[in-house]
Amino acid sequence: MNNTMYLEFLNESENESFARVVAAAFIAPLNPTVEEMAEIKTAVSEAVTNAIIHGYENTVGMVHMEGRISERTVTFIISDDGCGISDVEKAREPLFTGKPELERSGMGFSIMESFMDKVEVRSKLGDGTEVKLIKTIGL
Amino acid sequence: MEVRLLGEKKTLLVKVSGELDHHMAAKIKEEVDNKLCSSNAKNIVFDFSGLTFMDSSGIGVIMGRYKKARTLGGRVIAYGINAQILRIMEMSGIDKIIKLTPTFEKAMRLLDK
Repeated sequence: MNNTMYLEFLNESENESFARVVAAAFIAPLNPTVEEMAEIKTAVSEAVTNAIIHGYENTVGMVHMEGRISERTVTFIISDDGCGISDVEKAREPLFTGKPELERSGMGFSIMESFMDKVEVRSKLGDGTEVKLIKTIGL
Repeated sequence: MEVRLLGEKKTLLVKVSGELDHHMAAKIKEEVDNKLCSSNAKNIVFDFSGLTFMDSSGIGVIMGRYKKARTLGGRVIAYGINAQILRIMEMSGIDKIIKLTPTFEKAMRLLDK
């Protein structure tokens, strides 16, 4: 099965659950296990939350979510046009957070990496960040 | 979400249902912190039996409430945790900081110890 979807929404925290529901509905035809479904929803939630909190700080902007299915491999690309990450390697370290005052745990990237087969991050200061989440269902 | 004061146990019982993400975390933080300030409570017991989803925002909110309870000399206990949520808790190590129990009764017994 091959399929593609594209979604764009405002960086409002209400849209985190909206993005998860869309991701779940998009991959449902692949009949993922309950565990696979939870893993993908959680990883998408982490990436979308990062875009909302860190990408745009206190400004308004759109979050983009692209979904692709190629055979049994699912790819979600979540991106923003926000401030970008100055040190991507540092941001990916477990427990690192740029927002300790907001009680962020710093576990977002660790969870994405542990729940997906592959996580790629591209970021440019002042230009935005793109997180690519890849997982093969039934591997 | 529902926050109830168990006055005789100096405990806030916080029932969180549905999905605990960054959006919900902000509401829990505000409501629990307000109740902690305005009551005699020092312990927090989270009822997660109606919780179907949690991401790392949940870890942040639990960790933050743990720090508050600790300054008051209290404890944090959570019960009714499903497999997905337990996995996130174990990954972050928060299961070693707060007490996890299966039921409300066991949580209450732990508070008496």
